[in-house]
Amino acid sequence: MELLRFATAGSVDDGKSTLIGRLLHDTKALFDDVIDAVAATTARRGGEGLDLALVTDGLRAEREQGITIDVAYRYFSTPLRSFVIADTPGHVQYTRNMVTGASTSDVAVILVDARHGLREQSRRHAALSALLGIQHLVLAVNKMDLVDWSEARFEEIRAEFAAFAEQLHVPVVTAIPLCALDGGNVVDPSPHTPWYQGPTLLEHLETLEIPTHDHDALRLPVQVVIKPAVGSGAGPTGERRWYAGSLAGGLPEVGDEIVVLPSGTRSRIAAVEGNAPAVRIQLEHELDVSRGDVIADAADAPHTVPQVTARVAWMGEKPLRTGNHVLIKHGTRTVKAVATILHDRLDVTTLEREHGVDELALNEIGTVTFITAQSLPVDDYATNRTTGSFIVIDEVSNGTVGAGMVTLEAVPA
Amino acid sequence: MTVIDQTSAEFADPDRLGLDRRLRELEAHAIFVIREVAAECERPVLLFSGGKDSVVMLHLAKKAFEPGVIPFPVMHVDTGHNFPEVIEFRDRLVEQMGVRLVVASVQDAIDEGRVSDPGPTGSRNRLQTQPLLHEIAKNKFDAAFGGARRDEDKARAKERILSFRDMFGQWDPKNQRPELWRYYNPRIRTGEHLRAFPLSDWTELDIWRYIAVDDIELPAMYYAHEREVVQRDGMLLATSAVTPPLPGETPFVETVRYRTVGDMTCTGAVRSDARTPLEVLTEIEQSRITERGATRADDKFSEAAMEDRKREGYF
Repeated sequence: MELLRFATAGSVDDGKSTLIGRLLHDTKALFDDVIDAVAATTARRGGEGLDLALVTDGLRAEREQGITIDVAYRYFSTPLRSFVIADTPGHVQYTRNMVTGASTSDVAVILVDARHGLREQSRRHAALSALLGIQHLVLAVNKMDLVDWSEARFEEIRAEFAAFAEQLHVPVVTAIPLCALDGGNVVDPSPHTPWYQGPTLLEHLETLEIPTHDHDALRLPVQVVIKPAVGSGAGPTGERRWYAGSLAGGLPEVGDEIVVLPSGTRSRIAAVEGNAPAVRIQLEHELDVSRGDVIADAADAPHTVPQVTARVAWMGEKPLRTGNHVLIKHGTRTVKAVATILHDRLDVTTLEREHGVDELALNEIGTVTFITAQSLPVDDYATNRTTGSFIVIDEVSNGTVGAGMVTLEAVPA
Repeated sequence: MTVIDQTSAEFADPDRLGLDRRLRELEAHAIFVIREVAAECERPVLLFSGGKDSVVMLHLAKKAFEPGVIPFPVMHVDTGHNFPEVIEFRDRLVEQMGVRLVVASVQDAIDEGRVSDPGPTGSRNRLQTQPLLHEIAKNKFDAAFGGARRDEDKARAKERILSFRDMFGQWDPKNQRPELWRYYNPRIRTGEHLRAFPLSDWTELDIWRYIAVDDIELPAMYYAHEREVVQRDGMLLATSAVTPPLPGETPFVETVRYRTVGDMTCTGAVRSDARTPLEVLTEIEQSRITERGATRADDKFSEAAMEDRKREGYF
């Protein structure tokens, strides 16, 4: 069975909680005791039947304020696929949560209210998804019942969104007219849309091609070096150290020529064990390899750079300024770094660049160059989501304050 | 429940029985998290109850460091009201895996006056937090692996894979570190600690499929057996010294199994004929009640029972 991870974006007003509740309910992912609890809460609040929005109601503070604060993860499966939903809140102050949810997703489902059409936040969600490398957007045009299931209205919103997605260079965009409240076109087709020939939302999620993010060249960031247990009765190669990690590209095979980065020493793979992507390998030569190093394809290696330039989504309460000292975790290595150039700030609704800025505040995104204490073996984010990304950690608070997407293109200072 | 025909038909599909793409991804991710935490934290510990999730965790820890040894001890929070067969199972598995066992004892906490005694038959489930935090501080553990899954409860659905705890062991759900891509940030200050949940993305079905595929041994009470029980609060509760029948209750023998393993006073059994992992899988696929809803009285208190306990430092 395949696993599809998708992010949902949209505000409470757009009916996102109801849509997710509907997906879970109609795919029979909700158990009886959960349905009973939702029915009881619905009744206590003076409603009737099942208020499906309550299914995803998480924390006490969220119930009190009627909003979604944080990313929540939901799980359901059908005979064809299993799904992980990263449910992200819509408000601008939660851009960091949208970025977090999108970073592990294959697809983003963006919800709009058919009455209001595209809003600034719809554009923001699409732009952030594009920035995070999501190749496939689904526009769920909800509350179609409130516009009398108008084909013309749907077509207007679809065309506007398609044009915007083209500007963002998102290759695949699908729009679906639906009504989360009555379930039309969510799991089952709606009787109100004879003019719509496309799939329901679930059919689409079940059949769309799942993109692969990492490229074919070997990338193994070393997590741990394992020495065989004493007296394990290991064979001739048993005395060698194992380098264990999770593959970020390629499939290692015995005999492959590799390079260890950043040192640049070369060897060949002597043994491979484990279920990919969690593997361990041995090399033909005894090299000095430790946690943080990247074992890579010798013929197609990452770029080892003393400074790195990236689109950075800032998540810290304190703004990022040039001269700030931070820690960067790239792959399995954490290094000291200093922000040297702040090239531009991106408008999060259009991805247009604004130059001459002096800081990146919370929830802002910009292009930043960092000098790092050690060279980092990087790929462009468009080529590899793992070796092309990093997180920024505040040295004092230890908090995760930024997400970086490496760009190898020349960026104007 | 006779479903043998259906079982063999469903599992004839090699995708179901083999380590398919989904299970392989979940396994690899869990191993990745275990290695990251072991590499970056000074003194991790694996919370081990003998329950199926913690048994799977120990199995994954072994895989993560093969052919080497598991580089951290395991800790059991012992309520003193455990099913005796679980304790036997725990001791045997720990010995087999060659790991050190630390026991955080609720009885000791009661004897030393760190928590108040709920009486001989009272629930000790909520008393586990104090001895857990006590033992974490005493051993200077800076990271504790748990087998919790996000599909178990709505508060868990919001929790990070690496969940930060302050000096008082508390969880602040409104102020969590963002987790991007597969990057985990385990940096903490002295006195703070982390909870690491490598099984976050697994569902109950995934756990059972993995147990079936990898042939992982569990305490026998997870499979159908005969046991003397009483009907209480909509659950089947085993009778024992700490759970005697109350006035008006008539004990009877039933063929049951357990979906979760916890304190005897609040863990209920379900009627079942499932005697193998595959039969359990089929049964769960047809079940319409969550495992906590079916068998855990401790989560029935309020809409936010789990959230409240987690804030205080519970698992």
